[in-house]
Amino acid sequence: MDNSVSSQDSIVSVRNLSFSRGNKKIFDDISLDFQRGKITAIMGPSGTGKTTLLKLIGGQLFPEQGVITVDGQDVHKLRRNELYELRKRLGMLFQSGALLTDMNVFDNVAFPLREHTHLPESMIRTLVLMKLQAVGLRGARNLMPNELSGGMARRVALARAIALDPMMILYDEPFTGQDPISMGVLVHLIKSLNNILGLTSIIVSHDVHDTSAIADYIYVLSGGKIVGQGTPEEIQQSDSEWVQQFMTGAADGPVHFHYPAKDYVDDLMSTGKRY
Amino acid sequence: MQHTNTQDTIVGLFVASGIAGLLFLAMQVSNLSSFVDEDSYTITARFENSGALKVKSQVSAAGVKIGHVIGINFDPKTYESVVKMSINAKYNTLPDDTTASIFTAGLLGEQYVNLDPGGSDVYLQKDGKIEITQSAIILEKAIGQFLFKSAAEEKK
Amino acid sequence: MIQFIQNLGKSTRTSFNKLGRATYFLFEIISGTLGILLRPRLLVNQLYSVGVLSFLIITISGLFVGMVLGLQGYYTLSDFGAEETLGVMVAASLVRELGPVVSALLFAGRAGSALTAEIGLMKATEQLSGMEMMAVDPIKRILTPRFLAGLISMPLLAGLFSAVGIVGGQIIGSGLLGVDQGIYWSQMQASIDFHDDIINGIIKSVVFGFVTSWIALFEGYDAIPTSEGVSRATTRTVVNSAFSILGLDFILTALMFGDN
Repeated sequence: MDNSVSSQDSIVSVRNLSFSRGNKKIFDDISLDFQRGKITAIMGPSGTGKTTLLKLIGGQLFPEQGVITVDGQDVHKLRRNELYELRKRLGMLFQSGALLTDMNVFDNVAFPLREHTHLPESMIRTLVLMKLQAVGLRGARNLMPNELSGGMARRVALARAIALDPMMILYDEPFTGQDPISMGVLVHLIKSLNNILGLTSIIVSHDVHDTSAIADYIYVLSGGKIVGQGTPEEIQQSDSEWVQQFMTGAADGPVHFHYPAKDYVDDLMSTGKRY
Repeated sequence: MQHTNTQDTIVGLFVASGIAGLLFLAMQVSNLSSFVDEDSYTITARFENSGALKVKSQVSAAGVKIGHVIGINFDPKTYESVVKMSINAKYNTLPDDTTASIFTAGLLGEQYVNLDPGGSDVYLQKDGKIEITQSAIILEKAIGQFLFKSAAEEKK
Repeated sequence: MIQFIQNLGKSTRTSFNKLGRATYFLFEIISGTLGILLRPRLLVNQLYSVGVLSFLIITISGLFVGMVLGLQGYYTLSDFGAEETLGVMVAASLVRELGPVVSALLFAGRAGSALTAEIGLMKATEQLSGMEMMAVDPIKRILTPRFLAGLISMPLLAGLFSAVGIVGGQIIGSGLLGVDQGIYWSQMQASIDFHDDIINGIIKSVVFGFVTSWIALFEGYDAIPTSEGVSRATTRTVVNSAFSILGLDFILTALMFGDN
């Protein structure tokens, strides 16, 4: 596939990636680029392996073919400790938040600081409160994760992800299952963190409206291929039927409403023999 | 952070009680204490037959444990069993005419050495020898004798 | 028939595969030991949830097992007029067998299943994965301290079990049934050997602690990350631990007490 984006200023570049799980091909020779300092969104229906892509970028999974470089380093050729060094500069926000359930909010945010730095406790406290302030949850520092709403848990996880001042944050479905208010809060947070901290963001989502509101560039994936890419405006005006169906949410189109089956009338009229 | 302090204490108590349990097993339940105890002296006794007596078997006097067996050897000249015993130094007033017998605790219990003090004024010293001994009762022998005796009586 | 052989081959291969992964996993856990010894706080926290929380069930069960041994032993031994050896019987059964084995089985049910469920849930809620992405090795940070805590707790718990059981047997034997207290203890001390009985019992419980913690952690780590997967893994932990404990007990007993 030809790259329409120059890879000069890309922080992450994916080249000719193929990956399959069992017999199902999740990615079939795709190439993507993620620009430094921008918000890039990967969109597509559920089950297209968007989360898998993030795990491949983070080095948790290995591709069958292809190369993924992050900040100039080939992720899958790194030794274990080099990979861990790289990951310290990446933040990842999991769909569930992935907060450690046996610690309160404060300790969760302090966790990466305590694991990776030898800062005095007073300094850690200051840093944690700053990060919590940034996500508006400084007052919730003593709550346990099970006392948080889904949106709050994601904001805490976000505070934790930025604890070590990473260069890039990967968001896995940040908007799924949120009420409109927390959704608004998250959209605002992602946008402002990206601008204020000079981060690079990669968002994986199937939420068309909110994602296109903040993304600088969008890739639309389906069936292991890139079916559309461009700025949100370009995507909106895409002439691809598939992209149109996805963006407007039409029930039928190139993606059929019906799971493949034999002819409806024949099926009804058949004698009901088991087959 | 205040609860970690109590948690530390509880963990400390747990580990301490676990170690106490193991110590209890070592000192109170097993024979370890009999090796640790400081002063003891050795005496020997010769038995015609020491039966099922074994090393570490108890040595007692008047039912009280005063020592244990530390060695059992066969003397190829006299064809006797030489039993070495370690006696607690506290009990250093055993007369030299003490009788040593091998008894069984209960019908099927362990065999042990019982010391029956005599009336002499001379006490057994370190490496002293007990002259008067009574061998273990061998059950098979006793039964055999009994049967033989009753058979002989019937003939009369 | 061919189908059957195929299935047999397939399941053999998967079980070897699992054993291989479990072994690799064990090495990874052990390789984290040094790091944890430098951070004893993590170990203390786990000693609490693995050891202290099993304390009550172990001691209470130990007391009852000892009391039952006292009763049963007394009735059997008094038929032969050998009540004096009640202490020996109670102590030998506890120290050699019941202490290590029963406390390990209880430990597998109480702490092992909890470990599997905890690790499985951490996996299902992406906590382990999240930790990896934060450049923290979850095996060394989460699993190693739990493994060490299991290894340390097991002999302590087994010792407590036996000690409490022996006292329980004494309560029944001399308190209720009239075996002389002095004889209970002195017969016991005369027959129970420190090396042959106590040390071997401790070795057994260390082995059981090792195996139970290993199984529990691996099942949790290897669980399918769904609620069903975690609950299945928890069941597997209890079943596999019980099999391993009893099987190993046989082997260890044969090795230790075989040539007497």
